[in-house]
Formats: sequence, C-alpha cells, structure tokens
Amino acid sequence: MENNVCVEFVDVRKAFGAQPVLDGVSFKVSRGESVAIIGRSGSGKSVMLKHIIRLMSPDSGRVLYGGQDLAETPDHELVEVRRKIGMLFQSAALFDSMSVRDNVGLGLRESRRYKKQEIERIVAEKLRMVGLEEAGSKYPSELSGGMRKRVGLARAIANDPDVLLYDEPTTGLDPVTADVIDDLIVELNTKLSVTSIVVTHDMKSAFKIARRVIMLYQTKIWFDGTPKELQESKDPVLQQFITGSAIGPIRM
Amino acid sequence: MEVVGVTPLGRRGVNVIQEVGRASIMLGQFLLSLKDFPYSIRLYIQQVYYLGVRSLPLIAIISVFVGAVSAWQGAYQFSFIGAPLRFLGQAVGKAVVIELAPVLSAIVFAGRVGAGISAELGTMRVTEQIDALESMGISPIRYLVQPRILACVTMVPFLVVFANFIAIMGAMAVAVLGVNVSVETFLNGFRSSFRLQDFINGEIKAAVFGFVIGLVGCYEGFNTSGGAHGVGQATTTSVVVSSVLILVFNFIFALLLFRF
Repeated sequence: MENNVCVEFVDVRKAFGAQPVLDGVSFKVSRGESVAIIGRSGSGKSVMLKHIIRLMSPDSGRVLYGGQDLAETPDHELVEVRRKIGMLFQSAALFDSMSVRDNVGLGLRESRRYKKQEIERIVAEKLRMVGLEEAGSKYPSELSGGMRKRVGLARAIANDPDVLLYDEPTTGLDPVTADVIDDLIVELNTKLSVTSIVVTHDMKSAFKIARRVIMLYQTKIWFDGTPKELQESKDPVLQQFITGSAIGPIRM
Repeated sequence: MEVVGVTPLGRRGVNVIQEVGRASIMLGQFLLSLKDFPYSIRLYIQQVYYLGVRSLPLIAIISVFVGAVSAWQGAYQFSFIGAPLRFLGQAVGKAVVIELAPVLSAIVFAGRVGAGISAELGTMRVTEQIDALESMGISPIRYLVQPRILACVTMVPFLVVFANFIAIMGAMAVAVLGVNVSVETFLNGFRSSFRLQDFINGEIKAAVFGFVIGLVGCYEGFNTSGGAHGVGQATTTSVVVSSVLILVFNFIFALLLFRF
C-alpha cells in the first residue's frame, strides 16, 4: 500500500566535508509504525532525523513526506509539513527565556489559529499528559533533566502531530526516569496513534518502544527488522551492539 | 607546486567571500520576512526595550564624557592658534553632531547590543533552540532576526539624538565651569554653526550603523558552532566585524554626504 507510506528515504547521501555520514540510505516508514533507529554515537542517526523535517537536506537522493519530496516543497508548505511533525530534541531544546507553559503553547500561538483560552486549555491538557500540570509557570533552568524531556514531549505533541520524532529521548537520564519516559512514549503512541521514529542507542528503550528496528552502521542500513529478529540474529555486529561489548567487529 | 603563504591567503579570501554571500542570503530572508511584520510587533517592542531603552544609561555616560573632553581639548587647541573661545560651541557642536555622537554611540552599541545578540542567538543555536523553532514551523528569521534588526535600525538613531543632547550638555558644563565661557556664548556658537542637514546626515549614518550591528550580530549568532567556545568566538567576531564596518561606512559617508 504505497499511499500508506509516511516517511521515505530514497538513496540518501550526506557528507560533512570529506566525511560521509549517510551513504545510500533507503527505507520507508508506514503510518502508525513505531521504529527505532539504532547505531553508534556519531553514526548519523540524528542527521537522519533532521532530514525528515528538512533541518538538513541530502547531498543527493530524496526524502519524502507523504509522497512529497521535501527538497521541492516550497517554504509555506514546509511549514504545514513541520506542524504535522513533532520533534523531541536530545537536550529537549526548551526556550530558556520562556516559562514551561509558553514553551508548550508557542507553536499554537504562532500558528494564529487558536484563541487564547483554547491555547491555555490545550497546554494544560498536554502538560497533564506528561504529568507536569503543576510546573506550568516554572522556567527550564528550574527543571531536572527528566522534567525537561517531558516538557519537550508536551511541546512536541501540542499541535496533535501525525508523526513524532525522538532524538535520544533517554540519553542522560537515570534508569528509572528513562523508563518513565519510555512508558510515556509508548502511552502517547497508543493514545495519539501517531507514527513514531525514535533515535536511540539505549537498547532497552528501543526494545520497549519499537516494533521495528533499523540499525545504521558504517553509513549504511545494516539491519532492518523486528526486535525479535534483531535479538535472534547471529550477525556479529548486531550481537556486539545489543550486548554492548567492547570485543567484536565494531572498532573505535 | 604550492607557493608557501599564498594558498592560505587564497583560502582566507574564499572564506570571506563565502561569508559575505551567506550574510547576503540572511539579508534577503530578513527583507522577505518584513511582510509578516504585523505578527512580530510584540517581539519588536520587546527588543526595542531590551536593546534600545536599556542602552540609555550607558550612552548617557559615554556622551557626557565625550562632550566634556571635546570642550576641554577644543579649548586647549584654541589656546595654541589663538582662536577666540566664542567659537568653542561651534567647533564642539559640529564635531559631536557630525561624527562623535553617531560613531561612538554605534561602537558602544555594537559592544553592548551586537555582542548580546550574538551570544543569545549563538547559545540558542548550539542548544538546538533554533532548530526547535524551525521544527515547529516557526521561521527563526521572522521570530528572532527580524525584531532584532528592526530594533537596532530604529534605536541607534534614537540613541544618537539623545547622545547629541547629552554630549552638548557635557561640553557646555566644561566650557562654563572649566574654560570660563558663558552659557550664552557657548549656545550662540553652537546655534550659529548648526545645520539641520548635518543632524539628518548623522541620523542616516546611525540607522545604517544600527542595521550593520543587527545583521552582523544575528549572522554571527546563527552561524555559531561548538559549545561555549563557539559562542564566545561568535560574540567577539560580531563586535570586531561591526566596529570595523561602522568605521569603514563612516568614511564612505563622509565622502558622500559631507561635500565641500
């Protein structure tokens, strides 16, 4: 079913200077799927994510959203595409000059489609969903790492997106908080029935959130399958990565 | 064969051309974003307050001393050539309105505001806040750059009016208290030499300087990379580049606007 494809990469190549990061990457993500993209630090996972909302553009190849080539999308249409996609940044990237409430409501305010009371209602609802209804008037500097991620998540879902992109949602959090975030992601996926693409190197998190795993290794897609297939695979690279061992074909 | 010393020089040159090109693209995006100005009025007013109104005390301090030292040094020069002190108001007034107030206010503004813009936007860049804005479908050019450049363009001329006034007051205080020139003599001298066109030319310069400070500040901030070190570097570059450009443009203005 072609029309069910949400995000598609066609032979995407991207290099920074002489250093190739993505070298002929192709894959499709269907609507409603939850995909984890795994790989070593610096393997181009975040770069891949940034291509989906055209924060970066490929050197060659195409990135499509809903069948539309993003490189050919005019800016005013790109705004519409971006409003349908929510992104949680690695460092949460909250606007530090704004309160939590203003952070979550900014996208709604700037879209100029909602009345003030509506925005307040939506912001309160999204903060409740991430369990932070009390923190609305706080500033990002007053929050812990886990709380920031949750505010970032509330901000990402404020516009009721069709797709959620997560850039290492559990990095830098203690195991318990990380698990809380994972639960939240799973809960949001089912509640909001969104397509989610999670970039992570936290295997526990990947297995919990995703029904499909894509592994990037040496600028290419090394593996694309279910978490079960991944666990059962005899491939030494995959085995080394999921067991987190220093010994194996993956070298520093 | 590589000629030692020439290749790095060429690379530098290419870099400069690239930067000018990129800054021009930002300029174009800024101009295009102006059609959405009605939606950014609130942000613009905020910046007018932060960048402009809050610069008033600093500009006041600088101006009073610039005026004071011009009067004192003017009188010192006059004593050598035997010029009568009734011309002091004239000489100081001209110097302040044409050069001192616009150029020094702009340089101080570049140090305070240009650096602040680069540091703020640079930090937003390295902490992915600018990416976050874009990912939410909000144009960072309209949301961040437009209000800052507009505030600079409008506030530097305003500050220069203020600087003119304070500097003349400072000069008069020194003339009256230190050089024994009466208030009437000083003001008569100032009035007799004052040309509205000089003042307007000073204001035109101020607007252009404000624009340069805003654009360079935003450009450096937007192109910051790497953490704290990158932010520091962007801030320094921003002040250095705008200060140099202010002086270069000032010279060009002198040749174009003040003809004899």
